[in-house]
Amino acid sequence: MKHTINELEDIVSQVRRDIVRMVHGCQSGHPGGSLGCAEFMTALYFETMNHSTDFKMDGKGEDLFFLSNGHISPVFYSVLARSGYFEVSELATFRKLNSRVQGHPTTHEGLPGIRIASGSLGQGMSVAIGAALTKKLNKDHSLVFSLHGDGELQEGQNWEAIMFAPHNKVDNLISTIDYNGQQIDGPTEKILSLENLQTKFEAFGWHVITSNGNNMEDIVKALEYAKSLTGKGRPILNLMSTQMGHGVDFMVGSHKWHGTAPNDEQLASALSQNKETLGDY
Amino acid sequence: MKKYTYSEKKDTRSGFGAGLHEAGQQNPDVVALCADLKGSLKMDAFADEFPERFIQVGIAEANMIGIAAGMTIGGKIPFTGTFANFSTGRVYDQIRQSVAYSNKNVKICASHAGLTLGEDGATHQILEDIGLMKMLPGMVVINPCDYNQTKAATLAIAAYEGPVYLRFGRPSIPVFTDPDQKFEIGKAWMVNEGTDVTIIATGHMVWKAIEAGEQLAELGIDAEIINIHTIKPLDEEAILKSVQKTGCVVTCEEHNKFGGLGESVARLLSTELPSPQEFVAVNDSFGESGTPDQLMTKYGLDTIHIVEAAQKVIKRK
Repeated sequence: MKHTINELEDIVSQVRRDIVRMVHGCQSGHPGGSLGCAEFMTALYFETMNHSTDFKMDGKGEDLFFLSNGHISPVFYSVLARSGYFEVSELATFRKLNSRVQGHPTTHEGLPGIRIASGSLGQGMSVAIGAALTKKLNKDHSLVFSLHGDGELQEGQNWEAIMFAPHNKVDNLISTIDYNGQQIDGPTEKILSLENLQTKFEAFGWHVITSNGNNMEDIVKALEYAKSLTGKGRPILNLMSTQMGHGVDFMVGSHKWHGTAPNDEQLASALSQNKETLGDY
Repeated sequence: MKKYTYSEKKDTRSGFGAGLHEAGQQNPDVVALCADLKGSLKMDAFADEFPERFIQVGIAEANMIGIAAGMTIGGKIPFTGTFANFSTGRVYDQIRQSVAYSNKNVKICASHAGLTLGEDGATHQILEDIGLMKMLPGMVVINPCDYNQTKAATLAIAAYEGPVYLRFGRPSIPVFTDPDQKFEIGKAWMVNEGTDVTIIATGHMVWKAIEAGEQLAELGIDAEIINIHTIKPLDEEAILKSVQKTGCVVTCEEHNKFGGLGESVARLLSTELPSPQEFVAVNDSFGESGTPDQLMTKYGLDTIHIVEAAQKVIKRK
């Protein structure tokens, strides 16, 4: 391992601070899903992926990541900055005028680490598949990772992509579902039930693994296992259970923190629950 | 009036197919994707010679656009192929976010555009696609006029870095442009120099504009005819220069009069050179079933309509 579990958890603590401070700083953004995916994103960028912070759009010879549920941009930006793609001080410009750190991730302002715009949901798996196909054509044996919300699976384009990948043996792709059971208007089971996602993906021909996205040891192991399953003719789906708002007690498990910013008092409480480990931006 | 002749009729989609095949031979990074319309888009030659670079996506256009956007990451040059309706309206948000806003080098190639798709009727006859595509920042919009020009355009966009919408059609029409032409994106083609009226045409309407020019010459009217194959970026210099000379303009397109070439020309002239303009275009309606010729007549897109529009606009000078 490149890092110990403790070291990774320390990074996560800082990432959580970044997330709540960014959203508080502009009184806008999506803290819930961002917090829930802090372990996963940290594991991916600090442990799992082989990638270069000397950003090149083509990404030849390195693992690539695509964020499909672009509204959890705070966790993406924090992890990119903490990895070294750009200065952490730039996180302070999140959602502000003339910033590269836009509300939703985009290539448009040239922020290093972003390879596609996302925000309008349901498009990221197709993009990840395309990047994976190009890697195969280029005989580039590195991998493609993607992250999707569970509510996002209500978008039909996902199912076009989910059907395509096994048929075309896109086995250099590891897609993860942030299975937190929440969406803006309420629990997914109330809004539009996802039923049994594992059997759904398996029926389409994916190799499905499950993981606990809020347990660092578990998610690191799951991603290593997922990597061992690549190159075997099937795409890999990591069905990752998380809690929306994990790590901030008053946000945990509620869709109410999907897209709401904390006030000063709530920020102080959130920060008190996550120690400063790498220095605030 | 300069004399134009032709020895054969061909469909512009076959020009695309031939251009795609040649582009594939020239550049190993060219890849092609299609949504269950390989035959209709004439992509067989490419698919047969480069099976590993041809991706059959199935009836899933949104996924096709997303995959194409992703394939650019790592240096591929994806050409997507389906009907114009399914290339634009059906996948507008995918194009907007994953291609245009993300500035990906995707070539969206659209056949069966406009009324001349014919008998399938209005569900398939998109007349809004130019408008949809030209509104996207950074999107190049091209609508070539015959087989040879479509082939040349296909090769040109393969060499161009950035998102492109290439629009062509189903029916066989006269092949009258040079087979060895150099296609320059954004550069108008002066079909005929004249002094009384400027006729600006795109796509299938260019041959009709030539026919109209011949009829106008018999009536003593000297028409300047310009082929605008690239609707965006518009060759503003060529249009202004011509209208400065003639003082009036007729725009011709197989598209809704709202949002098409005519509106682009009107926008330019209203700010730079206010001039009388007539629109030969579909009058804000859907199409219907019929033969291509019947439809072009019924919806006001025939040679006679250009002749009448030219006479009318000259009177408004």
